[in-house]
Amino acid sequence: MTLQEARPLEATGPHRDDAVFVRDLRRSFGTREVLKGIDLRIGRGEFVALLGRSGSGKSTILRTLAGLDDGATGQILVPERRSVVFQDPRLLPWAHVLDNVVLGLSEKDSAERGAGALGEVGLAGHEGDWPKTLSGGEAQRVALARALVRHPDLLLLDEPFGALDALTRIKMHALVGELWERHHPAVLLVTHDVDEAILLSDRILVLTEGAISLDVDVTLADPRLRSDPAFGELRSALLAELGVDEAAEDGAQTHRRGDPQSKDQTSNQDRSKETGGTQ
Amino acid sequence: MTILGARRAPEDSRTTDLASHEVDGWRRDEVTLVQLPTGGDSRRERRLGRGAQRLIGVALLFAVWELLSLAGWIKPQDLAAPSAVLSTGAHMIANGSLGTALWASLQRVFWGLLIGVPIGAALALASGLSRTGENLIDGNVQMLRFVPIIGLESLFVLWLGVGETAKVSMIALGVMFPIYINTYAAIRSIDPGFGELADVVGLSRTQRIRRIVLPAALPGFLVGLRMAMAVAWLLLVFAEQINASSGLGYLIVQAQTFFQSNVIVVCLVCYAILGLLTDAFVRALERVTLRWQPGR
Repeated sequence: MTLQEARPLEATGPHRDDAVFVRDLRRSFGTREVLKGIDLRIGRGEFVALLGRSGSGKSTILRTLAGLDDGATGQILVPERRSVVFQDPRLLPWAHVLDNVVLGLSEKDSAERGAGALGEVGLAGHEGDWPKTLSGGEAQRVALARALVRHPDLLLLDEPFGALDALTRIKMHALVGELWERHHPAVLLVTHDVDEAILLSDRILVLTEGAISLDVDVTLADPRLRSDPAFGELRSALLAELGVDEAAEDGAQTHRRGDPQSKDQTSNQDRSKETGGTQ
Repeated sequence: MTILGARRAPEDSRTTDLASHEVDGWRRDEVTLVQLPTGGDSRRERRLGRGAQRLIGVALLFAVWELLSLAGWIKPQDLAAPSAVLSTGAHMIANGSLGTALWASLQRVFWGLLIGVPIGAALALASGLSRTGENLIDGNVQMLRFVPIIGLESLFVLWLGVGETAKVSMIALGVMFPIYINTYAAIRSIDPGFGELADVVGLSRTQRIRRIVLPAALPGFLVGLRMAMAVAWLLLVFAEQINASSGLGYLIVQAQTFFQSNVIVVCLVCYAILGLLTDAFVRALERVTLRWQPGR
């Protein structure tokens, strides 16, 4: 495996296999330019993870692709059918689980499809529950079902596992992997969990100060195991790109070495800063 | 090194390990253990229910009142004893005077609420849903709410005379404010994340209102409704005591003329019971419509 610099976009423009085509995306808030000319291409059915430190602008990219932020300039092509899973489940507390899943759908068979989607995320039989009765992981699975039931060509995941506990997160990783295998939407996963990115994606992008500084294909054999030396190698490279000196971290925190959650203490702090900044 | 071997409790190692452990004069071997009480649930079940205790509280108040009256400390012309109030009440029910008055009062409150509540809710929606609506409406309402409604009585009489219209209008106006303020606040405090969600799943404007705004406004509206009911009874008494030829307030004014403290107390008790009933009605409404709320 080799790491390469960000690939320059071919001059040919959007390809018919593209699910996302972005050229020279720029976004400023006031005088601060957050995104400085992003070129991005995601193929149909491709699982791409976008890594970045807090404030790097990764959430801004996702919100732009979701259509939630129209303040950017540049060329942006996205599929008509897109779904978003936010960091919080964002379920309407006054609507039953099934009504949350099919929110906004008006087709005759939407209830059936919604129940099917709930079954896929392991929540069959919870159709009539109130959201308040769900655990954090269950609520996020409902959010996933709400995204899936729309048969998206592009699934945007905005740190969807960030608020979950470590054990639930492991299960959610497996579930998302499984659902992607079955439905094959293009996925953009925004995260700052390097292990999560390596476990799930075909390709990892690192966003540094508003520009994509690294674009790497993940070529690890399945199943991807943290014990694989190549896994550790890629993780080190990505952490270095993110400005984390692994050796220094290890020296200070030996007891947490090799633990998949070892970065989470810092990433939790990052997250609180970031949500404070974007809302 | 075994990784998965079950850890065994060290035998007799505690005293030896901890005896020497001392930090800033804090000796770890001097820990005093206390036994915490357990089985609290069953003990609580045996106690009288909350409702029963509240009833006993009310009964005690009446018992003391009755005793003080019997002892002659409270004179009948100042405040009738509970027993006298009871017999007066029974008499007023039997001759129909209480029923007639109640019916007249209830009708005024009913029409006042029926007119004032929808207007308050409609204004809150208009104000909560659009900036233009907010700019046009909110300033006016916030200004008017500081005008004491009771002070408007004279204007109402001037415009509408002393008939039913003036009383109902005053109740309707007074009821509007708590409905407006609470409903509007609920709409304004809707999580902006739900707006993003609506964008992402492509809700139309009508769907947004039906699926997000109205359900989110409901808890605030119901709080407003409870306050509105209280305001309605208050304004009713006032309006009926100023000028009326029927209703509970009219009975009170008459009784005052004839020094009948027992009749006054009967009417006050009626107000209290009606207030409790309307409050219980809204509570029941909350129980049914807000089942989704955490903690219910």
